Amino acid sequence: MKRASWLASLLLALVAALGLVSCGGDNESKETPTPKAEATATPQPATTGTPKAATTGTPQAAATGTPVVRSGPKEIILATTTSTQDSGLLDVLVPEFEKDSGYNLKVIAVGSGQALAMGQRGDADVLLVHAPASEKALIDDGSAINRQLVMHNDFIILGPEKDPADIKGMTSAVDAMKKMFDAGSTFISRGDDSGTNKAELSLWKKAGVDPKGKDWYEETGQGMGATLQVANQKDGYTLSDRATFVAQKEGFVLKVLVEGDPLLLNVYSVMQVNPDKFDLVNGPGGEAFADFMVSEKAQQMIGAYVDKKSGKSLFIPDAGKTYEQLGMKTPFG
Amino acid sequence: MDLIWDGLGEAVRIIRTGDYAIWEITLRSLLISGSAVVISLIIGIAVGAAIAFNEFRGRNLVFSLVNTGMGLPPVVVGLLVAIFLWRSGPLGHLRLIYTPAAMVVAQTIIATPIVTGFTAAALRQLDPRWRTQIYALGASRLQMLWIILWETKLPLLAAVMAGFGGAISEIGASQMVGGNLAGDTRVLTTAVMLEVNRGNFAPAIALSIILLALIFVVSLVLTTVQQQERT
Repeated sequence: MKRASWLASLLLALVAALGLVSCGGDNESKETPTPKAEATATPQPATTGTPKAATTGTPQAAATGTPVVRSGPKEIILATTTSTQDSGLLDVLVPEFEKDSGYNLKVIAVGSGQALAMGQRGDADVLLVHAPASEKALIDDGSAINRQLVMHNDFIILGPEKDPADIKGMTSAVDAMKKMFDAGSTFISRGDDSGTNKAELSLWKKAGVDPKGKDWYEETGQGMGATLQVANQKDGYTLSDRATFVAQKEGFVLKVLVEGDPLLLNVYSVMQVNPDKFDLVNGPGGEAFADFMVSEKAQQMIGAYVDKKSGKSLFIPDAGKTYEQLGMKTPFG
Repeated sequence: MDLIWDGLGEAVRIIRTGDYAIWEITLRSLLISGSAVVISLIIGIAVGAAIAFNEFRGRNLVFSLVNTGMGLPPVVVGLLVAIFLWRSGPLGHLRLIYTPAAMVVAQTIIATPIVTGFTAAALRQLDPRWRTQIYALGASRLQMLWIILWETKLPLLAAVMAGFGGAISEIGASQMVGGNLAGDTRVLTTAVMLEVNRGNFAPAIALSIILLALIFVVSLVLTTVQQQERT
């Protein structure tokens, strides 16, 4: 019965696959007690006084008399911008955080706009974003708490070497935007409501022009990496954060044309989604990640992080500073 | 052109050294899509048999719905599943979003109409008198289903192949409900997208080659079974 054994083994393989996947799930839940044990050793200042921590304590733990410290899920969802992932920075920071804290951090890299929306619906525990004005809106409506500056770099205006709008070397980003508008040469926008997109729109607004609907103005609706490639292929201008550009400059014909305007500052903040507003949000976990990002260790790693291809550093650590100290008076919307 | 050669060279290197956690990602793709296909086979064969063998009002409508489902856009499925599984969604408390399980759910929804459609089409081809004959010989309902499935195993293998191909090559749903988490929910398609966004084209090409090879190997195994049956 050769055919029967063929089919049987195939079926068996598929069933085994199913079993393996479910076993994978089991392993995860078995692993959880270990980090919990570690957590008990570290003092947890937030537990005293917050009703949240007290209520999440499991009844079994209370009954057996073991101290209830930092209970709740061991999984944290971080909603962040594409640049922190595409630049490779999180690949370095995340394992370190997971090792130190025992949490399992799930990094969802979307545009800052979507990351903030996830925060607003309680779909994430902690946010790492770069859209100061929109961040403030979340703080104001109570969806997010504990916002702290983490790091900055800058936005740059990129374009083809030929530079048809003749903006190379300009020191005012606003003037450059106006000149690009007047020249009507191809501009590739993120168009995805991300932090970079918000910054770009705010620059057009400051220049007093509105490029929406012009035939030379195109929106990709994608992340920075993908958008840079479109601009590169179409000989277009675009606005990018420096980290993403540096991280994938290889083979690019795009050139940095305008940089250095204080308006082009790109500041990343970490903030917790408010656990008092959303039942499922992991408050202690979000706080642990926010604390980690401004810790001396993480700040040092951010400052020391260099792009593998070019050897250039991508971010400047900023923990404890304010927007004003960075020379940024009117943060982008 | 250089890029293609670089990519091929890099593919060979990555496959040899196991860089980019390539085997882990490949195995995960296989497990997630394989599970989805197994579940969709169970549902798809049951539903397919039900609509092929039973005369009822609105059967044509059901057939059209299944056929529409065969072209279900993965990104729409992803959004739908995500809306349910996000914490703000009705099933948020299950904490399934951004897990392999969520990806299995999404891929099952993508593969099930494909399997159902293929099954229903195959079973409808059978001569109805044949069924009556099996019944007359005293077979139970379950026995009859087994005999019929055995007789139609060739088109059913095509259903498996189509379902598996649809599941393993989709990206929209995997990205949305899986989140492309390294070591957890990163599969071949989402890994390709990530490397492209990072401007690392060589590994992206390497991953694509492995994805193609994987689909080819699975098809080859199933086709071999098919051909053996025929002789």
